[in-house]
Order: sequence, then structure tokens, then C-alpha cells
Amino acid sequence: MTTTAPATTTALAVEHLSVRFAVAGYPQGLRAVDDVSFSMARGETLGVVGESGSGKSTLARAIMRLVPANAGRIVFRDVDLLTLHKAELRAMREHLQIIFQDPLASLDPRMSVAEIIAEPLREFRPRLTRAERRERVLACLGRVGLLPEHLQRYPHEFSGGQAQRIGIARALMLQPEFLVCDEPISALDASIKSQIANLLKDLQQEFQLSVLFIAHDLASVRFSCDRILVLYLGRIMEIASRANLFASPHHPYTRALLQAVPIADPVRARARTTTPLSGEIPSPLSPPSGCVFRTRCPLAVARCAAEVPSLRRVGDSDVACHRAEESG
Amino acid sequence: MNEPLLTVRDLRITYRGETGPLHVVDGVDLDLAAGDSLGIVGESGSGKTQLLLALLGLNAGARVAGSIRYRGEELIAAPDASWRRLRGARIAMIFQDPMTALNPYLPIGTQLTEGVRRHRSLSRAAAWQRALEMLDAVHISEPRRRMHQHPHELSGGMRQRIVIAMAMICEPDIILADEPTTALDVTVQAQILTLLRELRTRTRVAVVLVSHDLGVIAEVADRVAVMYAGRIVEQADAPTLYTAARHPYTEGLRRSIVPLEGALPLRLPTIGGLPPNLAALPPGCAFAPRCAYAWERCTTTPPPLVVVSEPAGAPADEHRKACYYEGPLGLAP
Repeated sequence: MTTTAPATTTALAVEHLSVRFAVAGYPQGLRAVDDVSFSMARGETLGVVGESGSGKSTLARAIMRLVPANAGRIVFRDVDLLTLHKAELRAMREHLQIIFQDPLASLDPRMSVAEIIAEPLREFRPRLTRAERRERVLACLGRVGLLPEHLQRYPHEFSGGQAQRIGIARALMLQPEFLVCDEPISALDASIKSQIANLLKDLQQEFQLSVLFIAHDLASVRFSCDRILVLYLGRIMEIASRANLFASPHHPYTRALLQAVPIADPVRARARTTTPLSGEIPSPLSPPSGCVFRTRCPLAVARCAAEVPSLRRVGDSDVACHRAEESG
Repeated sequence: MNEPLLTVRDLRITYRGETGPLHVVDGVDLDLAAGDSLGIVGESGSGKTQLLLALLGLNAGARVAGSIRYRGEELIAAPDASWRRLRGARIAMIFQDPMTALNPYLPIGTQLTEGVRRHRSLSRAAAWQRALEMLDAVHISEPRRRMHQHPHELSGGMRQRIVIAMAMICEPDIILADEPTTALDVTVQAQILTLLRELRTRTRVAVVLVSHDLGVIAEVADRVAVMYAGRIVEQADAPTLYTAARHPYTEGLRRSIVPLEGALPLRLPTIGGLPPNLAALPPGCAFAPRCAYAWERCTTTPPPLVVVSEPAGAPADEHRKACYYEGPLGLAP
């Protein structure tokens, strides 16, 4: 019933993707994602990090085709997702799933847990018998750490962590190849965050999932991701392996993000000599000319206002900064 | 010794729940002196926000018992007039979401000057001047222009600076900050934490900072109290709490932080189980169902908050824990 995946090592390729939203009074519109290209290997977890307004959630939603793209290609299983019609896209959904930041908001409050988790099976595996469906639901439920007694309850009866487990079960029911996680642990309590982060990593390995992991928090990305993409105002600033990004960040914005993370050690926190990055992310309605980061960048020079830096190889990372060599 | 500003004893806050009383704060003691910086760490249901609201007399619909003394004056069951005299003037609050603290319809200048005109009976011109000085103190650019702008015209970080200016304008003794950076981006959070530290050294205002994030607390607090299910389970000066925690919950929280450098574990240490359900707390220690060190006694009688016996010579006066277990915290909690 399940078609076998094409024999390629690329899980997903995004090419020159742009997403613009029309805004009255701004002929250019709002450029939420601006000429973004990257690819992911099968079984890889790619982190996408950025502050609010960076376009990271829009990128995730564009890949899921929950928001329309203006230009570019999103190649998945050898087809461009942007060219698919409704029925074709629906068929593709069984391979491509998403979990959201706020699990309670993403679960239908009128459906029981059993109905929520079984829904993908009813849609995509209509020929399963009731008993087979129940067997799969119970197996999936156990795998995400829920109990059979939870099946007849409703979403509001669960804490945030438990509700996220329901969302994960629903997303994994059809054994997808690709999972988009839009800030899956950001809203959870500290003691629950690590439970869910471990669960996602276990499931990623068990099912050989390719995962696009959206986050605003670098620490969670360090644990969960093989490679990390840093976004700012809809553009890629840097892409690097986990080891390189944390040990030798090349882009001044990546360094600023790392330095801004609070240090859970009062002695070291107060001995810190770096000053936080000043200002805030500008409005995406009127992004700066040239490099979009230049208005907050401690290294900005005249060239940065005139010329958009292209993403290029610096060391073992890809960096969009005119001065990356001088600052690494 | 600093003069005590605030003394809280056996504070109990109880709401009526569907299945019985909910003890959201259950016997908390606190002491705050001028210039202190106290961090309160807790997750949802810990009672940390309710505790802060009690210090402003704002727990609507709850039964509040125990004692809250501000400079010796008892505030539990105090008349509204007493609270109104203190709120905003002597004890001010910074909320998590600046948009809920600001009125979207009024220009910044009107909102900034309102409190200082009421509490200090300043003239309009003097209040305006004072507001401009405050905007400058919290590093708002173009303060004159900002006074005429509305909240929606400002960025999130700027709005939180305005809220801090509003809290500081009457020169309060105490600032209460409830997750003041949780809604902000990480680079803006770093700016706001730097600003809070700066204001503390400049004015000797006492700060009570509530957060779920041990990192944020470490940046600002000198003393830390950890809350779980309405009780303080451990308290110590900040360096001790971060290096020699003695409560399994504190240690579990500390370990679940992913380091930004150095070795990375294959699996994150976790605290198992679920957050406490206040409607169905166990009879003993509320953390016992999630605790790797729990034994029989933990399930029958809640442990009191007592001074930790440190190795000889260690300063132990202020380190307290509510836990029967005395051994090393080698296991995950």
C-alpha cells in the first residue's frame, strides 16, 4: 500500500524559495522568506533558528504548503511540491507531517485521543479493519509514552507535555519519511522539555526520519540537530554542522545569538564581558538594503549597505557575510 | 544588616476548585531587604505567580492567610486604601507581556505620568520631565517622540523598557518581575536582563524575579528559591544553588539544561512523570512521585524546609531544603 521512497540520498531540496505576503501600501509586500535554498540528507535533522520575524515558521508552513510560495521549488520524493494539485498534495501528506508548538491548539477539542490518533488511518488506510486500526493506535500510543486509558479522554484533560505526545503520535501514525517540527518543545515546562526532546530523537532514529526542526532556542537545537540553518529577516545567514556552528560561528549574527543565551551559572554569567547585540529585528516590510543584518551588525561597513552578501563557503560552513573571514 | 522591607510568613493562598480547595501557595516564608535580588524558579503550577500577586494584594477570588509585612505594616486583610498607597508607588510590577500592562489607546507619555502624578502629586510639567528622564534611564532612543507614540508603534523590547520605566518612575523599594523576558527574543532578553542589573546597582531597588528559566535567574538573582506545587523546596545564595543543590528537583532542573559548549549527552537527563496536579497532591512530598530518591517517609509526611547541614566550615545559614534524603545526588532525579 505504501509506495517505496525513491532511492536518493536527498530528503528535501529547497531552491530559491520566496514567500511574500501582500500588505496594503507596500507594493513589494512583506518578504517573509527571501530566496532561501538548502537541502537535507535522508535521516538528517536540520535545525532552523531565528528570532521572531526571521521567517522560520513561514518556511515550515511553506514546505507543508500551508502558506503559498511566490517563487522557487521544494523537491520532495522527486517532485516539486509547489506544482502539486490538491489531490496529489493530499496523497503526499502521508509522507510529510508536522507537529506544532502549541499542542493543545493543534488538537480538535471535540475529538477523543483515540479519534485524533486514528484519523490519519481512516483517511489513508481505509481498508484496515477496526481491530487492525485499534492495534496500530495502541502500538503508536505506547511508543510515545501514553497509556491505553488515555484513549477515551479529550485534549483539555492533558498537560502540555502529554498533549504534545498526542500530536507526535498523530504525526507518526502513517510512518512518514519527513517530519516538520515547529518549535515542538518551546512552550513546555523545563522538566518536560527534555522528555519530549529525547522522545523525538529516539523516534527520529527508530524511523530514520528526516526532520526540519524549527526553534528560537540554540540549546535545544544543539541537542536535537545534525546541522543548523540561521535565518534573519527571511534570509539565510549561516548553515553549518552542529559542531562547527557552536565551536566556530562565522556570521556575526550567529555569534550574537550564542552570546545572548543566559548562562545558568551566576559566577560566569556576571563575569561575561560581551555586550548584548543592540536594537531589534527591523520590520520585514522595509528590510535594510544590502545585508539585512547590517543595521545591528558590529562589523558593518559601506559595502554591506550596497551589496547583498551571497552564501559562500567559509571554512566548513556556508556564510552570508562580506567580512566572514576577518571575524572568524 | 539591611533593613527588612518585606517579611512573609506562612503565606497560604487557596482557591476553591471543582473537587475541593486548591492550595496554590502553601506555607511560604520570604525575607527581602533593600537592594536584594531574589530569584524564584518554578514551573507551571508551582505557585510562583500567585506568590507575586499576593505581594500586591491581587489574588482575586482566593483566600489569603498568613502574614505579609511591608516595613512592619501587616498587609493581609489590610484595607484597599493601604494597598493602593503601596501598589505602583512602593511595590511595582513588571509583567510577562508588556501589551497587557500598557493601555493600547493611550500615548506612552500619559501612561508614564499617570502614576507619578497620583502618588507624588507632581505638576503635569514636572511629571512629564520625570518621564523623559526615566525613558532615558531605560535607554529608549528619541524619548520626546516616544512620549506621543502609542504602544503598537513600538517594538516588543521597547514596550518592555517602557513597562520597566513605568515601574521605576515612583522610585519604588521593590520591583516584582514575572517572567519579564519570556515573551522576548533572545537578543532582546539579554538587553533587558542587562538593564535590570544596571537599574539595581544604580537605585538599590530590591528585585524579585520569577522565571521558569534557571539561566535567566542566574543572570540577575543573588538568592534563589525553588518552588514546587506551592512550596519552597530549596533556597540558597545563587552560587550555592547552582553548584551544590541538595534537592533532587533543583538538581534535575539544573541537569536538564543543554550546555552550549563541551560534551553533549546522547540523551538529556530528565525529570520523569508529570507536573503536579494541585487538585490531587499526594499526602507526603509533592515531588515524591517523580523522585528517584523517594522512600516511605516521603510518601506520608511533607518534609519541612530546614537548614542544610554542610561540611564543616561551609557557610550554611541560608541554604535550606525540604527533603528527607541526605545522600549525594548521583542519580538522575
